[in-house]
Amino acid sequence: MSVLKISDLSIALPKGADRDHAVSQCSYEIGAGEILCVVGESGSGKSMTANALMGLLPEGVRVDHGTAEFGGKDILRVSEAEQRALRGDRIAMIFQEPMTALNPLMRIGDQIAEVYEAHGRHRPAERREKALELIREVQLPDPEKIIRAYPFQLSGGQRQRAMIAMALALEPELLIADEPTTALDVTTQAQILKLILDLREKHGMAVMFITHDFGVVAEIADRVIVMRYGEIVERGTATEVLENPQHDYTRRLLDAIPTGMVPQSVEVAKAPALEIRHLKKTYNTGGGLFREARAVRAIDDVSLTISRGEVLGLVGESGSGKSTLGRAVVRLVTPDSGSVMVGGTDMAALNDRELRAARHKVQMVFQDPYASLNPRHRVMRALTDGPIAKGVPKAQARDRARELMETVGLGADAVDRFPHEFSGGQRQRIGIARALAMDPELIIADEAVSALDVSIQAQVLDLLRDLRQRFDLSILFITHDLRVAAQLCDRIAVMQRGKLVEIGPVSEVFLNPQHDYTRTLLDAVPGGGWGQAAE
Amino acid sequence: MAIAGAILSRLLKAAITLLAIAILNFFLVHAAPGDPAAVLAGEAGAADEQMIADLRAQFGLDQPFYVQLARYVGNIVTLDLGYSFRQGQPVLELILERLPATLILTLTAFWISLVAGVALGVAASARVGKFTDTLITGTALLFYATPLYWAALMAVLVFSVQLGWLPGFGYETVGSGFGGLARALDILKHLILPALTLGLFFMAVYMRMTRASMLEVAQQDFVKTARAKGLNPATIRRRHILRNALLPVVTLAGLQAGQLVGGAVLTETVFAWPGIGRLMFESLAARDYNTILGVFLVSAAMVIVFNILTDLVYRLIDPRIGHKA
Repeated sequence: MSVLKISDLSIALPKGADRDHAVSQCSYEIGAGEILCVVGESGSGKSMTANALMGLLPEGVRVDHGTAEFGGKDILRVSEAEQRALRGDRIAMIFQEPMTALNPLMRIGDQIAEVYEAHGRHRPAERREKALELIREVQLPDPEKIIRAYPFQLSGGQRQRAMIAMALALEPELLIADEPTTALDVTTQAQILKLILDLREKHGMAVMFITHDFGVVAEIADRVIVMRYGEIVERGTATEVLENPQHDYTRRLLDAIPTGMVPQSVEVAKAPALEIRHLKKTYNTGGGLFREARAVRAIDDVSLTISRGEVLGLVGESGSGKSTLGRAVVRLVTPDSGSVMVGGTDMAALNDRELRAARHKVQMVFQDPYASLNPRHRVMRALTDGPIAKGVPKAQARDRARELMETVGLGADAVDRFPHEFSGGQRQRIGIARALAMDPELIIADEAVSALDVSIQAQVLDLLRDLRQRFDLSILFITHDLRVAAQLCDRIAVMQRGKLVEIGPVSEVFLNPQHDYTRTLLDAVPGGGWGQAAE
Repeated sequence: MAIAGAILSRLLKAAITLLAIAILNFFLVHAAPGDPAAVLAGEAGAADEQMIADLRAQFGLDQPFYVQLARYVGNIVTLDLGYSFRQGQPVLELILERLPATLILTLTAFWISLVAGVALGVAASARVGKFTDTLITGTALLFYATPLYWAALMAVLVFSVQLGWLPGFGYETVGSGFGGLARALDILKHLILPALTLGLFFMAVYMRMTRASMLEVAQQDFVKTARAKGLNPATIRRRHILRNALLPVVTLAGLQAGQLVGGAVLTETVFAWPGIGRLMFESLAARDYNTILGVFLVSAAMVIVFNILTDLVYRLIDPRIGHKA
């Protein structure tokens, strides 16, 4: 018996968009208690369908054809008031960004209780009780405290649990989850996925799960729909689609996923590009709801070496100190003690003036390709500002910029364009070219491919691999994604709560992890079992 | 607990700031050419050297610099702001006499502008792009662009001279002998025109700020969450959008509140309102140094007080403040 039946749905985009329809002629059903994964890359139109079902389409976007039958009615054609009555009651939705999806000025308990208020259920005192029950059900710690907490006092995973509590409040028949785990750590993601599976079991609701991650699909899906440019290119049960994909696009997406396949480490020269010795950095934080004022050891006596021409993957969850370590190497963060030797210079010991002269030795590629380039500067300026400040003659810097754009595959002519004229993946290539322009001894890539779609991710990883071979680059590759780390790195270092818990060749760490935490991380990788089965 | 500690530390900082301002004022006045003795003597008519010297001795102006500074700071600490030779009254008395009139005027204008500005901003943002929005935005732009003195003069001309609805100047009807409620009503009547005139400009500013802020917050993820809960639009606007949108408005209001004492010079002059602003204006013209210094100090104190109040209001609205390290 199907809960939702979408027939021939088309959603029109406003004039001037990159295509006419966000979604065109899509038909599918979701049965009671079934989890349907809608998979696609950004811009594939997968979220638009969800928004249409909720009546939350952005300004200018409208349904121009088709029906969505839910509870005996076409919910695309009912009045706004009827739609409002459905929302949060019989259809509920959770979103991608738990950090911004909650009102920062309202207590968690009030935000949950508000769902009952919106639909006129229960008296105010009972609403609080119900909220408390929900908080328990989604396994948030210390419910009595959580109910009075503000969002900023919760971690990302806890916020997503709070969102799920809201969605469950009125026991919806259909839960729409729009990339609910994309912004979360791998272990947190595993917990949230398990929670959704448990709740489906308990409440028997249908789940429409939107994701770009086939690992997640392998973990949770009953049936799968693959979308591209607003059209369904493939559909079937999870096993069918994962093991026997029919469409080229699906195959490409699946291929692009880094699997359990572990590359052989390349033999590297012994000369170190980076030598970190007993590095320490402590932050003193104020008290929060669940913690007293305390000192957080972001980097707790870490020592490691990266040889010339080596790629070292630094993995860990958020808060593990991996980014702080990267920043300490560039001296965006000044460590409390220890040394960071780059090409014979101790970056940790330089004063401001010396530091400015030495900055070019280490260059960073940042996570967000949209925010890390000045939108008002042409690419040429982004690529030449650094070298010119370092003392390279202007003409030479400009020639080098053109050459680098060629190297990263964007073409020399692209230097005259502005960042907004490029896609996310292209911008990340510019970010890489910008780092190379300084002729650094070491490149630090901080989650450099994490914000990219999986097929774009694969291309950027290919580029890094290629560059590393051609220019003998040394890279500190910081990532939370073990599958990505496995693809590029020679050795892997695992950090937990500021400490380096394990370091070794990639095959050793993956196939024979020594530390419990490494095993936990590996187990939490979504679709891990499927990845190995496919080998 | 945390709030009490925060207030205490703010008050301590405020006292230090105030002292620094007082000392700065002292230097500023002493850097000006001529001294009060010469001015006074000049005003008394024929001034000979002996008379100026006598006056200097009388006011301690013949003392070494540091002695004068120490005496001045000591006086301030004991709330002795000196004597206005011009008005023949202690400065503190003079200021306390004028302060209520100014505060009544500026606080009224402040609340009118804040409440009306936010209300209009919310109304405009709710119907963005429609006629109501255009009307509100256009009117606000007009108020914003109109010079204050011109608006004040026109208001007097229309409502007082032509229509005769409201008194055009003064604080209350002189010699009316009103007491109690009748007096309050009389003051209220006198208050309307100057308060409205003064409030219009800032009303326009708050309106634009609120509108822009509402539109921005409306785009945020948590508003979508609120809609996904099935809340009705009015509740979403009030509970989720407005509260978040008010944060920048409060910042701006705090800045304006600092100007409550000194910012009404023009309005007070046009409407012959016996407030601090006019006192300062007159003292400047007459080189009444003690009074000028006193007014400076009181204005500075007010800025500091309102800054602390703004911070407290901010803490009430935004739970994140005071929690972060």
